[in-house]
Amino acid sequence: MIVLPWQRARALRRAGVLGMNQRNGDFIARVNPRRLYPLVDDKVRTKTLAQAAGIQVPQLYGLIAIQHQVQELPKMLEGREDFVVKPVNGSGGNGVLVIVGRRKGRYRKASGAQLSEDELEHHVSNTLSGLYSLGGQPDAAMIEYRVKVDPVFEPISYQGVPDLRTVVYKGYPVLAMVRLPTALSDGKANLHQGAIGAGIDIATGLTGRGVWRNEVIDEHTDTGNPITGVQVPQWDTLLELAARCYDISGLGYLGVDFVLDRDFGPMMLEMNARPGLNIQIANQTGLLPRLATVDAHGRDGASVAERVAFAQARFAST
Amino acid sequence: MTAGGSLFLYKWLDLGVPIRADNAIGAWTVEARIRFTAQSGKPVKVRFAVPLRPAGFALLDETFVSSGYGLSTAVQDGDREALWAIRRARGEQELYYQAVVYPARDTAASAGARPPPVEPPQFSDAQAAVVASLVGQIRAHSADIATFAVETLQRLRARDNSDINLLLAGDGSPERRAEVAAGILATVNIAARPVYGFQLHSEGRHLPLLTRLEVHNGERWISLDPLTGAQGQPDDFLVWSRGKPPLRDSDGVRHLRLEFSAAENTYEALAAARQRAAERGSLALQFSLLSLPVQMQMVYRVVLTMPLGALIIVLLRNVVGIKAFGTFAPILIALAFRETRLLNGILLFTGIVALGLGARFYMERLKLLLVPRLASVLTVVVLMMAMLSVLTYQLGIGAGLSVALFPMVILTMTIERMSIGWEEAGPREALQQAAGSLLAASLAYLVMTDRQVQHLVLMFPELLLIVLAITLAMGRYTGYRLTELRRFKALAQ
Repeated sequence: MIVLPWQRARALRRAGVLGMNQRNGDFIARVNPRRLYPLVDDKVRTKTLAQAAGIQVPQLYGLIAIQHQVQELPKMLEGREDFVVKPVNGSGGNGVLVIVGRRKGRYRKASGAQLSEDELEHHVSNTLSGLYSLGGQPDAAMIEYRVKVDPVFEPISYQGVPDLRTVVYKGYPVLAMVRLPTALSDGKANLHQGAIGAGIDIATGLTGRGVWRNEVIDEHTDTGNPITGVQVPQWDTLLELAARCYDISGLGYLGVDFVLDRDFGPMMLEMNARPGLNIQIANQTGLLPRLATVDAHGRDGASVAERVAFAQARFAST
Repeated sequence: MTAGGSLFLYKWLDLGVPIRADNAIGAWTVEARIRFTAQSGKPVKVRFAVPLRPAGFALLDETFVSSGYGLSTAVQDGDREALWAIRRARGEQELYYQAVVYPARDTAASAGARPPPVEPPQFSDAQAAVVASLVGQIRAHSADIATFAVETLQRLRARDNSDINLLLAGDGSPERRAEVAAGILATVNIAARPVYGFQLHSEGRHLPLLTRLEVHNGERWISLDPLTGAQGQPDDFLVWSRGKPPLRDSDGVRHLRLEFSAAENTYEALAAARQRAAERGSLALQFSLLSLPVQMQMVYRVVLTMPLGALIIVLLRNVVGIKAFGTFAPILIALAFRETRLLNGILLFTGIVALGLGARFYMERLKLLLVPRLASVLTVVVLMMAMLSVLTYQLGIGAGLSVALFPMVILTMTIERMSIGWEEAGPREALQQAAGSLLAASLAYLVMTDRQVQHLVLMFPELLLIVLAITLAMGRYTGYRLTELRRFKALAQ
């Protein structure tokens, strides 16, 4: 049966799906002051901010801001077996290079592919010239601790670390998902690069069904292990941390990415002032009703604990 | 929105500025093209008649194109001649004269012109005898100058009459008849002359030169059809020259060819509207873009369509949800398409981007820094375009020549973004975005080059206020994008 565009639009409206235009016009423009963007776009500043607030982040090994410093790269990496190279102003996981080991002067990526010293330096140079940054401006590259996968997620991630994305509206966590790396996504946890997104019940921290590309799935595409009904460890702590990110960033509509490290527990990776809409697909639910609930019943100045309790009470998946 | 709308309505309804590109009533550009081979070593002179106050028309603008030639014009007895001269010329030469005329029914330009003294006609003895007897017969069958002239033309129609054949010298053309009739009328002191001109009712090259006979009845010139003697000049007849055919004489030339062409254009009904505005003391048109030189108007014709292109991009991005490279890059590509036409443009764009991508992938192996790499890709793009131009020229395809204006920097950035997209998000995504860019550019091109659209924005720039209003409204459109309907399909149950 052919569905006419306006019928589909009405169905989506009923389901409370938030579209790109509405996200930009009604939410981001309204509750995210532009002057706060640099706080979250610049990952080094985000790190400092989080650390000051007592939120754990992957340790920064070094920062390369100018081309000349690329020569110091080998010295900077001395004694580091594994690390991650990231553009400071990157977006959407572009330009993230994960090195899991070294062998005879060559670097090994999660996929097993090897990189020479020159190739690594070239990658850093590209990052500096703005290849991966928002808007193509000159950028810096940061080298940081490589997060080790928590055992819970090991069976359902392929060559990478799953990350937990939470959308926080006015300090209330409204929707969450876990992004599982696949072979297609090259170990990266971005849905548009082919990672699996699985919704998480805000109330319990149990994962729901997953979405891979446009299909709804219950097993990991590479490992074949079930992705549904997995209990995310330390869920309450994670929600609290996510809610606190509102207080430290000041952004009313915020996407927060956490990872669970085997040894250190929850660590904040980054914050996003324009979080994607795919989280709705992963959860099979629209954002609008939840955003409306916060607008109607949320209270300015509520404490972190109050906001988390509110979210867990109201936003349970049925 | 209201301001734009009301100014538009005022100009359209009250002042009569034409709203459609083609409803400007009978404005014509008539062009004469003279081609010849210059005889080497000799000075070249061409004397050519050009219109002067043609009855029923107003001469709005005229242009002489004659590179290197000295040009002078002289007016004598209601007839104007242009003289082109050059000391030395070689090979094939071309001279152009272009006049823009529009119907001005109220100007009876010929009314006040005094007839010149009647020149004695040049007939042979035998012809003179025939003329004398003819004049006697005609006089008996006519009442005044007009009927005398009509009767003369009627007599000349007689077939198998040896006397008439002697006069016409076997040439029954309207031109010859008009000349002979003028000669006969001159013997009885009636001022008459053949006039040459064109029937302006359809556009075309190779416009045929027509002849009519004008007779002065003591008050004004009356126009007669030399074949039938019918009186009255048709409305759309443009008198080009009087007394003698347009091409008067020439020196130092061989293989002289003269060709006329006519094209209808909109330029004119505006002048009428402008006049109406001036009469009413309205400033609406005085400060319009039409007061600018034509050259600048041509620029604005393009510039003014750009907001429309931008509106299309807004629609495609925010309502349809198409992905494309750069924000306004598609508009620049659309502008480039103006030079190459759509199909060639798409082929060129695809070809150059594909080849550029190849070069870019090779450069990836060289591990260059960003800016030098962009510069290298730009160089490759420029070289490819130069090669394409030479190639297409050799093959005799014109499209390649206009490539030069294709925005190279935009192409370079497109190649760079595409190759990054290719590696980061896969070929599918990159190709999708490239296709989106092309689609947006094509749509923008189609709208921006539409003759009607160009006409409207040039005549009514205030319409852009309405475009602005729509764009502002689009800025607050928070509904779903069409592509999102598909993207969130799974949530629609």
